[in-house]
Amino acid sequence: MDAERLDGIMRRHDYAPSGVIAMLQDLQREERYLPLEGLRLIAERVGIPASRVYSLATFYRSFSLKPRGRHLVSVCLGTACHVRGGGRIMDKVTRDLGTPQGEMTPDGRFTVEPVRCVGCCGLAPVVTVDETFYGGMTQQKVAGVLRRYE
Amino acid sequence: MARIKVDGVQVEAREGAPLLEVLRGMGIRVPTLCHNEAVSPYGACRLCLVEVASGPRTMLAASCLYPVAEGIEVSTTSERVRRARRMVVELLLARCGDVPRVRQVAEELGVTRSRFPQRHEACLLCGLCVRGCAQIAGVGAIDFTNRGVHMELSSAFGVPSEACVGCATCVYLCPADAVRLDAIRSRPSPHRMDRSGRVRCAVCVPQATP
Ligand code: FES
Repeated sequence: MDAERLDGIMRRHDYAPSGVIAMLQDLQREERYLPLEGLRLIAERVGIPASRVYSLATFYRSFSLKPRGRHLVSVCLGTACHVRGGGRIMDKVTRDLGTPQGEMTPDGRFTVEPVRCVGCCGLAPVVTVDETFYGGMTQQKVAGVLRRYE
Repeated sequence: MARIKVDGVQVEAREGAPLLEVLRGMGIRVPTLCHNEAVSPYGACRLCLVEVASGPRTMLAASCLYPVAEGIEVSTTSERVRRARRMVVELLLARCGDVPRVRQVAEELGVTRSRFPQRHEACLLCGLCVRGCAQIAGVGAIDFTNRGVHMELSSAFGVPSEACVGCATCVYLCPADAVRLDAIRSRPSPHRMDRSGRVRCAVCVPQATP
């Protein structure tokens, strides 16, 4: 993690305690996760307890304290997707990638995570990869979707 | 001053004052576990629930956080309040039924068992230690981490803290005796618990600690 880049992020948010969540979001966008060193630097520079930053970073599901792969595969297990077989899609994805939920593949390509509703239940079951939505998923379609990402 | 009605009695109270303070000032017993005058109210335990009628609406509210306002009518003994408190204490019992303070409060409310599965947790997540550390000690060595059923108290990054000064404010405030100073602080604290559960300080004169 680059301390200078992080300082740039903090500057963008005026080093303000009220901007800490935004800083965490920016840091996560750059690093794809939140390195502990970064959390420590934010606490120090903004002048709030490290425990507070850690508390925020662990509260929100979108933040990750573990390194994430280059692409984030989110399999929706919300009510609609669950009913339409989201669980089976999840099984297929984790089996194909050979990595359990919440873990990164050894080659650093993917991290798979379950989500509870991505807001388009009409397309259930839904998988998102990074910012792209794939609706009406089937086990057959999984491999094709994953192939698009390097 | 605001004129309010409490259990049918007309009283005057400072506008904006926490309702709980007014109730206790009147000698009304209100159970609490997450309240301590030394720190700001937080509304975690929900035991201080009362019924507040303001205009046409009646609602259950945590009295520790409810600011007194002109004309409100408060009931501390209604059936709805009693039922709500009993439910709350059942949930607390399910979470930490081994904690003497929780058992005692439950008993006072006439609850001896919980219909929910027992979790035997040591900490009831009242947040008194968090507030004490931040507001009294001015340190902020501990805070909540995670959320929902995974929520727990922890120092930053889940490792013993260098920020902790070992003042043991958290230990004093904890209603459940759940705080382990040596898990929070990276260096040994000058404070030690003796066998009676009292905190003893190796630096200050022993008599100076309560
Ligand atoms: S004292 Fe009000 S919620 Fe605990």
